[in-house]
Amino acid sequence: MIPGSFEYHRPESVGEAVALLAKLGEEARPLAGGHSLIPLMKTRLASPEHLIDLAAIAGLKGIRVAGDEIVIAAMTTQFELINSDLLAKHIPLIRETALQIADPQIRYKGTLGGNVANGDPGNDMPAVMQCLGATYEVADPKGQHDITARDFYWGAYETALEAGGLLTAVRIKVPAAGHGYAYEKLKRKIGDYATAAAAVVLTIEGGQCTSASIGLTNVSETPLWAEAAARILTGSRLDKGTIDQAVEAAEAITNPASDMRGPADYRTKMAGVMLRRAIERAKTRATI
Amino acid sequence: MAKTHISLTINGAPVEALVESRTLLIHFLREQLNLTGAHIGCDTGHCGACTVDMDEMSVKSCMTFAVQANGASITTIEGIANPDGTLSALQEGFRMMHGLQCGYCTPGMILRAHRLLLENPDPSEEEIRYGIAGNLCRCTGYVNIVKAIQYAAAKINGTSYSEAAE
Repeated sequence: MIPGSFEYHRPESVGEAVALLAKLGEEARPLAGGHSLIPLMKTRLASPEHLIDLAAIAGLKGIRVAGDEIVIAAMTTQFELINSDLLAKHIPLIRETALQIADPQIRYKGTLGGNVANGDPGNDMPAVMQCLGATYEVADPKGQHDITARDFYWGAYETALEAGGLLTAVRIKVPAAGHGYAYEKLKRKIGDYATAAAAVVLTIEGGQCTSASIGLTNVSETPLWAEAAARILTGSRLDKGTIDQAVEAAEAITNPASDMRGPADYRTKMAGVMLRRAIERAKTRATI
Repeated sequence: MAKTHISLTINGAPVEALVESRTLLIHFLREQLNLTGAHIGCDTGHCGACTVDMDEMSVKSCMTFAVQANGASITTIEGIANPDGTLSALQEGFRMMHGLQCGYCTPGMILRAHRLLLENPDPSEEEIRYGIAGNLCRCTGYVNIVKAIQYAAAKINGTSYSEAAE
């Protein structure tokens, strides 16, 4: 399959890329790892006239600490996330998630920025970023601004990213030391998108859950931040009755499609099962 | 549409070429350079038959534009044999362990296993299976492919491997 013709651009700075996006308008698409966009172009579901390859922009690479946050530049690949000692130490949920995305070849090329900016409800990182309370940094011709992951997703492939905007980095406040975490993903086979998946971060003190956050993947048009379910857990001792209630609250906000991954009712139930497993595992990992 | 000039290194040799921006790396390799070892299998990024090694990454060349490879260093199956022309440890492993039947997936399997062993010289069976999850084989059931990679790892590491092919 051969994609349609396009003009290829390879800017070397964010400013240059943003200027190109502004100048070329809707016919231009940024190219990150390309493993979502290129398949669409090959089947002609997308035919951009201009591709702006972000690969040569040094400022879009790297993972660093800034105060109490970790900043992950948008072109950081899943492979780099997996191999980051900094992330393994401070936000191991990211590594656990990245290891469950696609296959080795795709993890070498697929980027965090592409995964979160594309708005594909099947992508794993958006719900994880909502769970972690991440903030996306966006550059556009007017300058730089922030959009939180919890406000970013409007519908399938519809996001708060305006035309001409470029997601340049993801900022995450480092969770408390000793926090429990888990990403539980049900998939038909290795490398598949989730039938349903759940991300959990929680803290426990003296047997009591002192904070909790939950994200759900691929059970709605957007990733879901299950705020009510997390509130039920907070303050509890994570006993079975409480977890049952939280699972019910999380299932209630899902709205999955019936597709080849299963009927909607099944996927809602599987979101509940994944959440239950994620809570249990996060609980055993919490060290306070 | 104007063509783009690219210069890159393929199997150790410098290559200069003009490519259309929409030319996929697999088509560039096969049709412009006559390097037909990397195969087009599914053409959708699932099967891994088109895998090449690019800048120390296993890459699906059907999901990459040739222009993206500008400045890159690429190894294909044509560049995998030992410099004296004898089979590399991986090639020998696939031969000795009967790690192929029709052979269509083999160039991709070997290129992927090549990078896997450079990153993890002594992988467990589980690590091998996870490491080749992006490469599909419809003949073998993977058993002998895993053995072939174990054979190669042992040969490279100077340890012994005695499992017979099934």
